[in-house]
Amino acid sequence: MATHPFEIIVGLEVHVQLLTESKLFCSDGTKFGQPPNTLVSPISIGMPGVLPVMNRRALELAIKAGLALQCQIARFTKWDRKHYYYPDLPKNYQISQYDMPFATEGYLDVDVEGKTTKVRLIRVHLEEDAGKNLHDDHGGDSLVDLNRAGMPLIEIVSYPDIRSAAEAGAYLEKLRTLMRDLDVSDCEMQEGSLRCDANVNIAITKEGKTYKTPIVEVKNLNSIKMVEKSITYEAGRQYDQWEKDGKVIGQAPKQTRGWDEARGVTRPQREKEEEADYRYFPEPDLVPVVITEEMLARIKGEVGESSQQRKDRYRDQLGLSEYNASVLVDKGRGVADYFDALMSHDIDAKTAANWVINDVLAHSTGRIKVMHDLAVEPSSLAELIKLVKGNKLNLNDARERVLREMISTGKDASTIVQELGLEVVVDTAAIEAIVDTVLADMSKVVDDFRSGKGKALGALVGQVMKRSQGKFPPALVNEILNKKLGVS
Amino acid sequence: MTFTREQVAKVADLARLHLSETEIDSMSRQLTSILEFFDQLQAIDTTGVEPMAHGVAIENVFRDDEKHPGLPPDEALANAPKRAGDFFAVPPILD
Amino acid sequence: MSIIEKSACELIEMLGNREISSREVTAAFCDRIEAVDSRVRAFLHYDRDQALRRADEIDHRRSAGQEVGLLAGVPVAIKDILCARGEPTTCGSKMLEHFKAPYDAHVIERLDRAGAVRLGRVNMDEFAMGSSCENSAYQKTANPWDLRRVPGGSSGGSAACVAALEAPLSIGTDTGGSIRQPASLCGIVGLKPTYGRVSRFGLVAYASSLDQIGPMARSVVDAALLLEAIAGHDPRDSTSLPHPVPPYRQSCQQPLPKLRVGVVTDYFGEGLDEEVAVAVKKAIEVYRSLGATIVDVRLPTSAHAIPTYYVVATAEASSNLARYDGVHYGHRAKEYRDLVDMYKRSRGEGFGHEVKRRIMLGTLALSAGRRDAFYNKALQVRRLLRGDYDAAFQQCDVVLGPTSPTAAFKLGEKSDDPLAMYLSDIYTVATNLAGLPGLSLPCGFTKSGLPIGLQLQGPAMAEETLLRAGYMYEQATDWHRQTAPLAGTS
Repeated sequence: MATHPFEIIVGLEVHVQLLTESKLFCSDGTKFGQPPNTLVSPISIGMPGVLPVMNRRALELAIKAGLALQCQIARFTKWDRKHYYYPDLPKNYQISQYDMPFATEGYLDVDVEGKTTKVRLIRVHLEEDAGKNLHDDHGGDSLVDLNRAGMPLIEIVSYPDIRSAAEAGAYLEKLRTLMRDLDVSDCEMQEGSLRCDANVNIAITKEGKTYKTPIVEVKNLNSIKMVEKSITYEAGRQYDQWEKDGKVIGQAPKQTRGWDEARGVTRPQREKEEEADYRYFPEPDLVPVVITEEMLARIKGEVGESSQQRKDRYRDQLGLSEYNASVLVDKGRGVADYFDALMSHDIDAKTAANWVINDVLAHSTGRIKVMHDLAVEPSSLAELIKLVKGNKLNLNDARERVLREMISTGKDASTIVQELGLEVVVDTAAIEAIVDTVLADMSKVVDDFRSGKGKALGALVGQVMKRSQGKFPPALVNEILNKKLGVS
Repeated sequence: MTFTREQVAKVADLARLHLSETEIDSMSRQLTSILEFFDQLQAIDTTGVEPMAHGVAIENVFRDDEKHPGLPPDEALANAPKRAGDFFAVPPILD
Repeated sequence: MSIIEKSACELIEMLGNREISSREVTAAFCDRIEAVDSRVRAFLHYDRDQALRRADEIDHRRSAGQEVGLLAGVPVAIKDILCARGEPTTCGSKMLEHFKAPYDAHVIERLDRAGAVRLGRVNMDEFAMGSSCENSAYQKTANPWDLRRVPGGSSGGSAACVAALEAPLSIGTDTGGSIRQPASLCGIVGLKPTYGRVSRFGLVAYASSLDQIGPMARSVVDAALLLEAIAGHDPRDSTSLPHPVPPYRQSCQQPLPKLRVGVVTDYFGEGLDEEVAVAVKKAIEVYRSLGATIVDVRLPTSAHAIPTYYVVATAEASSNLARYDGVHYGHRAKEYRDLVDMYKRSRGEGFGHEVKRRIMLGTLALSAGRRDAFYNKALQVRRLLRGDYDAAFQQCDVVLGPTSPTAAFKLGEKSDDPLAMYLSDIYTVATNLAGLPGLSLPCGFTKSGLPIGLQLQGPAMAEETLLRAGYMYEQATDWHRQTAPLAGTS
């Protein structure tokens, strides 16, 4: 255990693959999981004589992301070549952006346990992806697949504003929702369309002085859970290391460590023989980009209502609780769109929110991209809710039986209610008859009730419902019972 | 200003060029005299001069986001010095 | 006059009139290649049967009344630096000895569409780096005027084959003078177009911000014809300009009544061969006699053009040539310890000395701690150079000077002194740095019978002006009608 208090300091570098039909600089397709070297052309192989031409849509999506991240969008931006030798980088340079990224100085508000942290962004830039190397565990040849080479990426670099593993996780979840909602990226970490490296160090306070440990870049993080685990681990490791050698930032070079999921530890990656010298210079084969006001206005239109604006609208105009508004928005645009659609069928906001959060989401599995990915169509659910509202079906049956059946069979609510015989009977005489028999049969309970045991009423209601096979509306049963018992 | 053998070797590493001992010698000699000649650039006053990286002053050249079939793997790999199945094969990459 | 002595325009007229077939024309040039190329050594790849098949195809189209293009049936030699589907493209390098491109360069497509008969691939300095054609990994091309001398470079094969009447037209590329200097040394016409005028798609890059493809021919009209066939916008090259292509072949024949010729006084100083100076000064008098206004202009920054060029060009080259690593195509060393060693040995073996030297220079110029002093500084000087030209073109329509400081030098004369070789580009590199067009045309001979070249440079997209000015001069002189003797023992 640490004997001195310390604070975790994390900055994240996130790569997001843009949702385009074709690659950043050539017209190869972008579909994931294709056979090796089938999404390649002379351009993505970096053949002699080929030239890149920029994908307009990739730039638009990038700007959209930049706007959603509250960045300053550069009016002038350009391309640079970044040089390093690696078999998955066919030209041995990557077309990227060096000193004039298209977006700078944005932020993302991250909520963890009710506390909001503003994570500032240094920059967002566009670049082409590399291919993939497959390594042989037995020392044989490595294999190169260039399908991914040239895919469009944005790299989002945060300031070291993150103070805990949970904040890092929340940041990534929020970023993912945002990118998905804007159709900028599908952000599947498993497929590599969202990738994250974490720069981690800690600030230890000892006898009034602060000691910052050397920064470690953690790689090989394939899920948000891994990001969180690795940060927690790395913080502890750095503390122990500092206790051993006392080294602070500047006294050791920046180290790169890989997350070993099986062992739950970070491990040093092989140090490069030479210090990286990327020899950046402006890409002469591509011309600069001037982002016009007109272009910005058009893309701003595509961005539409931001998540925050939507949350505010739910809370302030619809009167939802902060919690409910947050859940509806944070689960992704598909959920919030569903909620809006449900309300458009004359369902009031609070009822709609309860159904969506408590029932629809509980029945929905898999990723929700659009509202139709949810388990039941809003119009069908609206019909069900109206049956309950009209006292034709009791709430419990609606939730536990009818909705389930709707999801599994696809039939509409009234059909299922009929088939299962769940129609609520509103025949007062029938209810009174059964109430009378119950009162007669359960005179002891009635006595308990009269002697002040309020809970006894519940047993009576339960018995009436049981004998009616649940067909009586509970509210009516209550009312009649109370009347018969002389309670006003 | 001398461009030493050690400096030559360092730059050759960066450029992934194998040079023989004699090449390193001649390169050191030749680069020294070329760089001395290039030194004249330092005397030119370029205060406030915008660098000119492109041969032509145009901007905003884009293509539409359309995909087209690329090369079949056999054509893509036809020039590969070594292939394994439909992959390019290289000596093991040590990570 | 035999077929091979005729101009491309004359051949086109005869082909159009059915006075001759493309097969006859092509066969005549093939015969010539077979007769003299063992001495000139311009061709790296040459396939008589393929050329004749293509000629037959054009003849067939013509006789069937089908549309034929601008160059229908006329042979064109191609510098071995343009990719053509399924054909070798060596760039004069061992690195690409077995490389076959899976696609066509834009200019190859344009030539094919124009009905040209591609005659074969001609020699060049490796990856277009050189001024003598001696840096080819395959052979040393000789100058047809004196076979002991160099044809210039890097488009030495393109220049020599036209001068030796092995082809009526050829395609060259020019990064720092590689069309104009060999045209000058071989006594032919060569045009380096405005950067962006001709698409670079499929041109194996040396220095991307400087490279341009251009025509080489024995007369201005023929050069105009070939430019007309290859110029124009290509969406696959982001730096390609959208301007329409004028009918250069027709328009170049209209004289310019109020031509203002700027004489670049900076070019007539130290280092310029006396015989070259005299010939160029006589050319100025020719223009004066044609009614042109002659003014003196200054291009003061051109004194620093050589170091500026060699920094910019080698920096870009070090990057462009990084892709040759033995992984996806090209030479891979037989023996190596590991991946990094494989890279180093493949590149060490695949590249020749000059290419390695320039990769080293360029890597150095971009490396950490040196980039500001070299690369960034050179880009600033480049802007000053362009400013010089812009100022000069306030006073004149074209600027005039020598193309090369000397006539053709001897094979081997400068091959051990890279700096001396670099200085032979002194009057040509600034054109590329500024992105402007430049034309070289014959303007005389030395006492020993070596051709001398006159260079005209113009503002961006002023190819038409250059060609018209060149045509005026050509009509008043007969230097371009001289034929190389293929003399001397190589």
